[in-house]
Amino acid sequence: MFFEAHHIVKHFGGLSAVGGVSFRVDKGEIFGLIGPNGSGKTTIFNLINGFHSLSHGEIFFEGARISGLKTHEICRRGIGRTFQVVKPLKRMTVLDNVIASAFLRSRTKSQAIDLAEETIEFCGLGPCRDKPAGGLPIASRKRLEIARALATKPKLLLLDETAAGLNHTELEEAIELISRIRTAGVTIIIVEHIMKVIMTISDRILAINHGLAITEGTPKEVATHPEVITAYLGADYVA
Amino acid sequence: MRQHRVPLILLAYLAIFPLGAVVPGVLGVLQKAASVFPEWLQVYLLWFTDTYLLNLMILVLMWVTIGSAWNLIAGYTGQVSFGDAAFFGTGAYAAGLLSTKLGLSAWWGFLVGGPLAVLVAFPFGWICFRLRGAYFALATLALNEVMRHIATIWQSLTKGMVGIMIMPTFVSKLPYYYIALGLAVLSIVCIEIVVNSRWGYYFISIREDQDAAESMGIDTHYYKMVSLCIAACLTGLAGAFWMNYNGSIDPRSVFSLHDISIMAILVGIVGGVSTTYGPAVGAFIMVAVSEVFRTGGFGMLEGLARMTNSPATEVVAKYVKEAHALSFGLLVIVIILFLPNGVVGDWPRLKRALWPWSGKKA
Repeated sequence: MFFEAHHIVKHFGGLSAVGGVSFRVDKGEIFGLIGPNGSGKTTIFNLINGFHSLSHGEIFFEGARISGLKTHEICRRGIGRTFQVVKPLKRMTVLDNVIASAFLRSRTKSQAIDLAEETIEFCGLGPCRDKPAGGLPIASRKRLEIARALATKPKLLLLDETAAGLNHTELEEAIELISRIRTAGVTIIIVEHIMKVIMTISDRILAINHGLAITEGTPKEVATHPEVITAYLGADYVA
Repeated sequence: MRQHRVPLILLAYLAIFPLGAVVPGVLGVLQKAASVFPEWLQVYLLWFTDTYLLNLMILVLMWVTIGSAWNLIAGYTGQVSFGDAAFFGTGAYAAGLLSTKLGLSAWWGFLVGGPLAVLVAFPFGWICFRLRGAYFALATLALNEVMRHIATIWQSLTKGMVGIMIMPTFVSKLPYYYIALGLAVLSIVCIEIVVNSRWGYYFISIREDQDAAESMGIDTHYYKMVSLCIAACLTGLAGAFWMNYNGSIDPRSVFSLHDISIMAILVGIVGGVSTTYGPAVGAFIMVAVSEVFRTGGFGMLEGLARMTNSPATEVVAKYVKEAHALSFGLLVIVIILFLPNGVVGDWPRLKRALWPWSGKKA
């Protein structure tokens, strides 16, 4: 089994942000995670990534238990992530941003530079590689997030709303990039609000609301599920 | 190599000219060499053949070491430290105690002072690097005070407020000068190497965004410790040097918050945070500023008071001498308002302000 979240629970004080969600992700697939605002999607990422500790439950990756490990150890095991609210290392150039993360899988600095340059080209950031990351437009910042995560050579990539705030062309490019990442052999869990993105690229989707799973299935099954429609649009829209 | 050209020329100058103060015959050679330059420049070129200015230069070089170390932890790694005196004092006391308790030469302090400062930094960092930003800064402030109190209260070891006195090894200032110069060069080179390596990338990533760094696979806690320990070691060496050079220390002087810890911050900020040569420039400016205030404009104000027989000027002279800490405060305000990246960091801007006609071609 590649990745499994087993009944994960997270309480913040009295608030239950994630109330016992289980799911499996197979190697090579794109697994979508959808839900209305505040339904716990990013919290699930933070739990996988080790930013938050689990209140209950366990997470397994490649047969080993990763819940309880520190964030950098989880990254070392091969789980990369991007942030919904992008976190560029502002006063470093785009290249330096990616070099800093490429060091994880490189022994020397020249190896790290090679890997970083390769990753930057792969993500289409070539034209702005020597610009400071703080001055990039949002589409490039989102790409930088992906490039930095990819430079750690992840086996599983967590994409947190990488398409939010992009215009139509940029959206097409983002979808194209994500499918290229999959072709390169990286498994992806993606959180996304833009239905066009998540419906076209996901193999399977898990819909959650109020920290609980509603349903899981193919994009079509999920999109027509009455409870999903209720959660997003209200009960009146259930056909 | 090109960006290091000016500092290397300066280094060569600093290495050669002070010899004129002591070695017979050298002064004449230097004067001849200096005569190539315009007359007004010659005076300054022969500056460090003077013992008083040599003494100031030793202080500058010591502050280059401390400032560079502070710059590594605060400038590059972004963990602002108000506690450099803790490491400086530890280094100084290590050297002093070797001499008074074990009867060894205080010069062994160079071997022991650095590691001992690291020994203070290690448990402190282990615990306190869980704190972020201002909270960490407050913890370093506490470390500073804790170390000062230990040195004061542990009388059987440190003789408390009496402090430690040793006989200086050399009468001449020249050996001290070259040791300080070596230490300053060592710390700048050492930090330059570190900053351009994997560690440097990690340090700067941590400064820019700790959460992002952590999810890039960087063990932020560990690398903050690495940065702090290197900084503590260099600061400890500077402390050991101070014990040897000054010959006497006491808890109030070497664990002083405003004379050491704040001064280290000022050296960094004035010169330019996270620049290679910022602390060197900052050290020069800060030592000059504090000396001008300490001596009341090199006795100028007092002279003025005597000349004019004006009691008001006399009062001003008295207060200016005591107000050097205040001057630091004013300097910081000016720097933050006009040169937020320090003299080196904002050099292009400063250059345009000083020589408005030179920047036109760019």
